[in-house]
Amino acid sequence: MSNASEKKSNSVSTFFSAVGNIFKVIGTTFVNGDWKTKISYLIMGFGQIARGQFLRGGAFLAIEALFIWFVSTFGGKYLSKLGTLGTIETYKKNRKTVYGDNSFLILLFGLLTLFFILFLVICWYLNIKDNAKEEELIKAGKKLPGSKADFLSLFDNNFDKTLLALPVTGVFIFTVLPIVFMICVAFTNYDATHQAPSKLFTWVGFANFKNLFSFASGGFGSTFVSVLIWTLVWALLATFIDYFLGIAVAMLINKKGIRFKKFWRTCLVMTIAVPQFVSLLYVSKMFDNAGIINGTLMKLGIIQSAIPFWTNPTLAKITIVVVNIWIGIPYLMLMATGLLMNIPADLYESASIDGATPWQMFRHITMPYMLFVTGPYLLSSYTGNLNNFNVIYLLTGGGPKSMSYAGGAGGTDLLVTWLYKMTINDTDYKMAAVIGIMVFIVTALIFMNAYNFLPSIKDEEGFQ
Amino acid sequence: MARESSMKRKRAVSNFFGYVALIIITIIWLFPFVGLVLGSFRSYDAAVEYGGIVDYVIPKHFSLDNYRFVLGGETNYLRWYGNTVIIAFFVALFQMIIILCVSYALSRMRFAGRTALMRFWFVLGMFPGFLTMICLYFLLKEMGLTQAGAIKGLILVSVASSGMGYYVCKGYFDTIPKALDEAARIDGASRARVFFEMILPISKPIIIYAALVAFMAPWNDYIFASYIAFGHDASYNVAVSMYRWMNTGDYQGYFTRFCAGGVLVAIPVTLLFMFLQKYYVEGVTGGAVKG
Repeated sequence: MSNASEKKSNSVSTFFSAVGNIFKVIGTTFVNGDWKTKISYLIMGFGQIARGQFLRGGAFLAIEALFIWFVSTFGGKYLSKLGTLGTIETYKKNRKTVYGDNSFLILLFGLLTLFFILFLVICWYLNIKDNAKEEELIKAGKKLPGSKADFLSLFDNNFDKTLLALPVTGVFIFTVLPIVFMICVAFTNYDATHQAPSKLFTWVGFANFKNLFSFASGGFGSTFVSVLIWTLVWALLATFIDYFLGIAVAMLINKKGIRFKKFWRTCLVMTIAVPQFVSLLYVSKMFDNAGIINGTLMKLGIIQSAIPFWTNPTLAKITIVVVNIWIGIPYLMLMATGLLMNIPADLYESASIDGATPWQMFRHITMPYMLFVTGPYLLSSYTGNLNNFNVIYLLTGGGPKSMSYAGGAGGTDLLVTWLYKMTINDTDYKMAAVIGIMVFIVTALIFMNAYNFLPSIKDEEGFQ
Repeated sequence: MARESSMKRKRAVSNFFGYVALIIITIIWLFPFVGLVLGSFRSYDAAVEYGGIVDYVIPKHFSLDNYRFVLGGETNYLRWYGNTVIIAFFVALFQMIIILCVSYALSRMRFAGRTALMRFWFVLGMFPGFLTMICLYFLLKEMGLTQAGAIKGLILVSVASSGMGYYVCKGYFDTIPKALDEAARIDGASRARVFFEMILPISKPIIIYAALVAFMAPWNDYIFASYIAFGHDASYNVAVSMYRWMNTGDYQGYFTRFCAGGVLVAIPVTLLFMFLQKYYVEGVTGGAVKG
């Protein structure tokens, strides 16, 4: 533990020394630099162009020009309203709608402009550093790389920039920006009664978080706790039941003397191959009150009335876990089959000479090996199951509905399906955003705690 | 001798139970697919049979009514099917390219901010995907890529963030010895040439794996597709359009038609998967070990 905190304080101090270093570079470069460098503080890329590096300098200059154009024509007006998210409401004048501020767009484009400013600051710093480096090269009597060399380096030493430019931009616009946007929404009153563009919404501080943890009537507290517990339990059951049964099936197929191994595997793999929306919707109807399972049991006289597989909350939870076994085993079987073959056969041989029973061999050779190797998989599978939307949604749609739950949650709702319903059915965006943040916190906590316990990370050479 | 024969008998008995277990497992696992296919041959014509949910599997009368319904012009089924194929194809193509680029850069090159980028993406991955749904919808709407343009919009969203799914592919690249790169670099090959002429040709298994996984996902995409294409029938994919046949009250008795549509969806995807199964298994096993 002390080790970890030491590490943390170390990383904090390196962070601050890095920040200090950045300011030092900015300062000393300005003091020591020539006039070309000094002008570059205002006009990015000037120094480079003046020294004949047109491609590099042109790129810096273009970024600055683009920034000025963007902020002055588009971003600026949104950024200035970010503090209030708009004050002029849309109203009707002589049957004509006069549009006021659109809080949604103000928040979205305001954030985009903020990010653009951050991007410009980084480019500005790189521009200064580049100037300093060029002066150094000139002082040392070396030749600066020309535009052609700069261009070619994008396919050689700077190939990473070429490769990553598009993916990083994509992640930024379609993941980072929306996530930051939604985190902000959690601190506003954006919901069905405050819909843009006709209505405004505004900042409300921590009110939504208070509502989530409020156990008074109308508060989300008790519902949130129940849904959270079911989410955690579900992920635990879904991960570990599938894991052990999957390994068991893989061992059964791998067993000496069992023939047609490929055939058995192929039959199971059908579940992965057929799109889940087809197979899961069919399976959900098999358990329907009028479906094949209830019908057959009734015809055989085993039950008198239909078993409410999907309408009884407890039964629905059990059924989901059972159906998930049907989905999960084939994946685990495929994975385990490959891994089991990696266990050295002489381990088993020497164990059986020592008179070990099959169970003992499983307990002391197979399981430790599998757990060691698949530790990271188990962790990511657990967090994946926390967010396992498809299985829940296609089987029950989160139902059965419950009167005692707030926010339209149902008996089998996970946090993510609840989030989805709030967005679609209730358009309660602010609470959906709060739930989303909670999912993130839960996932992050699990990762942080579990990661250090994984045997393969604690002891990389452990299983040799 | 006696001991050996008892061992043999023991093994035969345990194998017998093994077979029994496997046969039961196989029946359970294949039952829904058999039921689906049989259901698709049950008529929805009230004069012949009921097209809703019934408590028997084998249809009383064999009929092709459902296939006639989905393939005939009564619905947009062929359109929906085509939409899904287009989305799946382009998502697979672009996603594969992006994942290869990211994986190569992260596996082979050491640049400032590399670990920071990986850590940042890892943390981003902990946010639930549907959180950003509304925001993405309005972003796409600003670009005119919702409703009528939903297909392009769906491709764009699926491809844009796919760089974060580099783990399996990077793990594969990490196993290719760096000495290969270095030797080629000493001979004067640029990074780009190493990537295109050395790494890519020996990465066929992982390329196929990445493309296959990317190709299969859009067939299941209900949530996002339904949100972006909302109310615009011609932009639906199969999952969105056929979900209604199962779960909307107005479509009582569409169960068998869902079965027929489902069979038509399942056949090509399943065949493709079975054909490329080898690569899938390699990817899954490798990915599990490296996490």
